[in-house]
Amino acid sequence: MKCAIVVFPGSNCDRDMAWVTEHILQQPTRLVWHGETDLGEADLVILPGGFSYGDYLRCGVLARFSPVMGAVVRHAEAGKWVLGVCNGFQILTEAGLLPGTLMRNRDLRFICDQVAVRVERRDLPWTCQYYVHQVLTLPIAHGEGCYYAEPAVLHELEQGRQIVFRYHGVNPNGSVADIAGICNPQGNVLGMMPHPERASDANLGGTDGLGLFQGLLAWYAKNACCRLSL
Amino acid sequence: MGGITLRLTMPPEPLMPLPVYRAEIYITLKPSVLDPAGTAITKGLQQQQYEGVQQVRIGKYIELTLTAPDPATAHAQVERMCQEVLTNPVIETYRFTLEAGA
Repeated sequence: MKCAIVVFPGSNCDRDMAWVTEHILQQPTRLVWHGETDLGEADLVILPGGFSYGDYLRCGVLARFSPVMGAVVRHAEAGKWVLGVCNGFQILTEAGLLPGTLMRNRDLRFICDQVAVRVERRDLPWTCQYYVHQVLTLPIAHGEGCYYAEPAVLHELEQGRQIVFRYHGVNPNGSVADIAGICNPQGNVLGMMPHPERASDANLGGTDGLGLFQGLLAWYAKNACCRLSL
Repeated sequence: MGGITLRLTMPPEPLMPLPVYRAEIYITLKPSVLDPAGTAITKGLQQQQYEGVQQVRIGKYIELTLTAPDPATAHAQVERMCQEVLTNPVIETYRFTLEAGA
């Protein structure tokens, strides 16, 4: 499973991601500078967390115009895997690959914490190593993580089972419907505010996030490709 | 000495610089979207004895200058910038004024 991690000016979780894909999962991994236009043969493209372009104007909006994003959109449209975490999730919404937007946290504070996150479905590569309604402990670190979409869009998300992760018990940021992560209708593009890559190495205090990456690997091994064959 | 005729050609017309326009853009949250920062400021003002304050909504103000062949083109360009970059249509609306001159 070839992994490409996009590095924008201001990304700061790119190396954490590479630690998981390259060292823990032992998969070929390439850091791709945002000015490049070719993702090579990547199966999984990751937009990591951080503060791309200093969050100027709106989180993620300027990253959307980076040269690499054309290739990211084509990758997604080809049905291949795209994962956006935190700022990566914000970029995916600004790029129109996922609906809705991420707003300022309800209580206006940057939150750096461990939160309970519930898995809503397991018939996706992202979650096939978890069980339905499994509650994970994952770190969050964001100031703009309050997911918002108009009621009609929210209804579509619910109907299409696009809500993959919800905050469990405590909603830290005011997200509608306790949304912590959503996918596109096809399921190959996932955006989430919690950081699975920061909960994948036992030395860092938790491994609840590792299942997400292991799920991709298992799915890839079984199907010999990254497409969804649902 | 004869026979030499100087053919004078007019120098090429200097390109007229395109006129400059100045846009003032106001971006606000849609009425349906909650504004927690605005709510916090409302409470703060009320606690400062501005009890009459009913609601505060925070937005963004952007000034930009651009060149364009005519006002209609400038207007269309600003409109497109607002839709594609400067605002997020999921949560924001905008209005702008445009005038000639920087």
